[in-house]
Amino acid sequence: MSDRAKVLALHGGLLVLLFALQFVLPAYHHGNLARIMVLASFAVGYNVMFGYAGLLSLGHALFFAAGMYGMGLAVQHGGAAPVPGLLAGIAAALAVSLAVGLLALRTAGVGFMIVTLMFAQAGYLTILYFGTYTRGDEGLVLQQAQRVLWGIDLTQPGTRYFAALLLFAVCVLATLAMVRAPFGKVLIAIRENEERARMLGYDVFRYKLAAVVISGVISGLAGAVYGLLFGYVGATFASVQYSIFPLLWVLLGGAGTVLGPFVGTLFMFYLIDLSSAVTSAYMLVAGVALVLLTLFAPQGLVGEIRDRIWRWLP
Amino acid sequence: MTKISTKQTGTTRRGALKTLAAGAAATSLPLWARYAQAQTSEPIRVGFQMHRTGIGAAYGRWYDRTTEAAARLINEAGGINGRPLEIVVEDDGTDPKRGAEVVEKFATQHNCDVGYGTLFSHVVAGSAPRAGELKLPYFVVSEGHHVASGALNRYTVQPGITDVKSQVQAMAPFVASNLGKKVTMIFPDYAFGHDHRDFFSAAIEAQGGEVVAKLAIPPTETSFTKYFPKIPRETEVIYHVMVGPAVLTFVKEMGEFFGPSRPEIFGFIDSLEAVDISSPGLEFLEGTYFWEGMPRYAQAEQSPYDKFYREHVGVDDKGASLSDAKDVSTYAHMFGCWETLFVIKAGMEAAGYQGPQDRPALIEAVEAMTEMPYSNEHPQGAKVFNGKTHQVFGPQYISKLEGGMLKVQHTTSIEDGYYPDEVDYTKMSF
Amino acid sequence: MDFGPYLMLASLEGAVTAAVLALTAIGLSLVFGVMRVVNVAHGEFFMLGAVLAWWVASHVGGPPALGFVAALAIAPLAVGGLAALADMTVLKRVAYDPERTIVATIGILYIIQQVTLMTYGPEARPVEPPFNTRLALPWVEWGESGLQLYWPWGLSTTSYKLFVIGAAAAVLVGVWLLMARTRIGLLMRATQLDREMALAFGIPVERVYAMVFGIGGALAALGAVLIVPIQQAHYLMGGDPLLLSFIVVIIGGLGSLPGTVAAAVLIGLSDGIISVFFSPTLAKILATLLVALVLVFRPQGLFGTGAK
Repeated sequence: MSDRAKVLALHGGLLVLLFALQFVLPAYHHGNLARIMVLASFAVGYNVMFGYAGLLSLGHALFFAAGMYGMGLAVQHGGAAPVPGLLAGIAAALAVSLAVGLLALRTAGVGFMIVTLMFAQAGYLTILYFGTYTRGDEGLVLQQAQRVLWGIDLTQPGTRYFAALLLFAVCVLATLAMVRAPFGKVLIAIRENEERARMLGYDVFRYKLAAVVISGVISGLAGAVYGLLFGYVGATFASVQYSIFPLLWVLLGGAGTVLGPFVGTLFMFYLIDLSSAVTSAYMLVAGVALVLLTLFAPQGLVGEIRDRIWRWLP
Repeated sequence: MTKISTKQTGTTRRGALKTLAAGAAATSLPLWARYAQAQTSEPIRVGFQMHRTGIGAAYGRWYDRTTEAAARLINEAGGINGRPLEIVVEDDGTDPKRGAEVVEKFATQHNCDVGYGTLFSHVVAGSAPRAGELKLPYFVVSEGHHVASGALNRYTVQPGITDVKSQVQAMAPFVASNLGKKVTMIFPDYAFGHDHRDFFSAAIEAQGGEVVAKLAIPPTETSFTKYFPKIPRETEVIYHVMVGPAVLTFVKEMGEFFGPSRPEIFGFIDSLEAVDISSPGLEFLEGTYFWEGMPRYAQAEQSPYDKFYREHVGVDDKGASLSDAKDVSTYAHMFGCWETLFVIKAGMEAAGYQGPQDRPALIEAVEAMTEMPYSNEHPQGAKVFNGKTHQVFGPQYISKLEGGMLKVQHTTSIEDGYYPDEVDYTKMSF
Repeated sequence: MDFGPYLMLASLEGAVTAAVLALTAIGLSLVFGVMRVVNVAHGEFFMLGAVLAWWVASHVGGPPALGFVAALAIAPLAVGGLAALADMTVLKRVAYDPERTIVATIGILYIIQQVTLMTYGPEARPVEPPFNTRLALPWVEWGESGLQLYWPWGLSTTSYKLFVIGAAAAVLVGVWLLMARTRIGLLMRATQLDREMALAFGIPVERVYAMVFGIGGALAALGAVLIVPIQQAHYLMGGDPLLLSFIVVIIGGLGSLPGTVAAAVLIGLSDGIISVFFSPTLAKILATLLVALVLVFRPQGLFGTGAK
């Protein structure tokens, strides 16, 4: 089998597996997996910027929240249906990521981390400041009637799972296409050696800006879908914690791999969930697990697999 | 996850008779019915969504102790419908995302009969939609106005603690007639703070007073002195309600700012829950007034119910743990857990609750409740439940800090906290 | 309050904030400057310092000053030791790889927080300052008989807050002396400039790294002991200092001590003074954006020579 066929088989296989799982999983894990697929889409968005373009952002909660609030405010106050709501979320994430990209890309390295962090902090405070519309930290609850898409009730477990899978599939296939396209190759070239890419005549700034916007829009879409599927839009999702999470998930799964974000999200979710069943000090277990993982799987889970077994993994 | 499973030790005559009767019935029934009988001696499982970690942890541990004490009592008295009560604890990290996951876990993995015990309003708002979709009765102990405002759903009820709108409104007459009419409000820039701002402004105006300044403090703030000059000179009363670990700094800096010439000060004890009033830096609060959901210090005219409740939860006369005087309780809120658990018991008994198929009947039984008398089950005071808005109303206490102890000055009536209904949940479908 | 006195009060508060920032940031500045790794657990070292200060102060009897002085000695030593241990057992093994260090230190953060929660508990606890007198401050106005002093309502500070400003200055001078005048400082600077070269010259880089990490942790704890009498010890208090000190270090320019001070003053004062003109949350938003824009238009930081 050629590498290309293997890649298609593996990723297609995962999506088919996820599709099939919904028929066999017990209710609890069925719900978890739907949630994980949406959060993994957020991580996929993060990975575009961090894993491929080498831009470490500490402010991705801003994009997730932009999508979530763009959707939530349109639905709650504008009376929008889910589809226009999602479009509003995408538009908000697009505008915010374009603005952040234009400003933050003037910096590099740690400066970029700090600027994105501070923009996200300003975004979080802005949500609180406009509490009249956003209900601040408490957030907005979307009623079941507001979450019916073309007559399909998104509050039903089956449709929710399917919607989450659809989102995840689109995000994975889009990144897969991106990595294989010349655009993705240029991003990786920039990550590896920015000067050389510039010497070769690439407009590095435009490529990076495109990466920021693509990453921001995917993250925002994930945020909008999350709000719609789980009926809640809140400021917590804009806090620093939710900027650290996608970084953690991507690093755990393997930065710069297409499946890494999903594996990392899945791993972290069940690490917390299962260890909290054993002990109330589950954070201790999670902490030790993270330390051990960095010691023994430095490339992240999928990264290690690529290093050791399947060298063709994208 | 941990389980508090206090075994049923019902040796009362009634309990013994019930067991005998059940045993006799079981032997004379056909096999399938015997199976059903065996199934119903399974414990009633209450999923307790606990703030064990995160910003709500100080509240969480006391909510846990109160819950444990009430569950023990219920089990000693024969459980619910003859079945023991089991509390299934899951930590939500005081986070709305994890909160929703925990609710799913209760409904679909632990097979809990109800969910219960959430305090922070953002966790309630994040979890309630899932509880509604999973048709899991969800009893919150949050004092937020989210339930009565109509934002949530038929399965979410708050039968153990009065909501903030009612609390705030009941304070206005006392503030206006005893402390002053020109009020400056200082509150966190949170939905919770905004509720205080909006409801109190309206209530004090109805009393002929006015709010002369409103200071919304960002929640990430750790120093406050720079905001105090925004307090107008004409201010007669400062109304403060701050939350989070920085509240001690807030109080201390307010004292340092005003020095010897302070206006009257009225605060919500939320600022100082789980904090020893005699901590260094808090001397400034001597002579100021507080809202208390339930008086932390045992009063001279302590009710037998308060005494009973204090003993069973393990709290001394100063509101601290019996085993550690430095471990101060969240006395003004945690009674809500106690009372809610007894409401669940009463509701299940009224509905003849057998299993998840009876969840709508349980909600209907709770909706049908009205008066709850002052008793061991309701030690904070008599209550009136509004089935349409799913919200309970009770008395509120106003205390003055005198000689390092909070002394009740005024108890509001239940009616002081009434406001027109904003929703009728009973019209929503199950 | 009149505009003049208000501005003075806000500036004074800004100066206190700046001192607090400088104290929290100085340890991170050292670690980041020399080792170039993002230590996410740095804020937890700060928190441990505060919690230990409470523990020591509540176990040492006598006047508050005694407990405070004991805490000043014990907390930094204990936390510094712990940090050095973390370096040798974890960071060394991940070879100071920037990305792996982030995950590993997130793990350490979880561990420290959970252990503190289980032992110290979830409450916020105060530590009594060794001295704390309210000082009313005068202001001048143009009265009938020319310029005259008066004491405006609310214009005051406390002796302990002034002490914090002084202590911050003393600690900064101390760190500067350490770096500029001692052999250890020389080794650190050599390692910072060029790790490979330092190795070639026989500098025990690994030991230097463990020491830098230890000193960084100790400085965070020292800052916490000094600050905890005006804030409180709480198991989640490490988050904000981490972010703020990270911001201060980068805005100042990597590895530049004067830059760290300048950034702390800039952030502290802008935070104080902007709050005079806007409502609190809006002021915070504007102050945050202002500081971010400093970096956007001066990517190398205030005193830096080049970012990377």
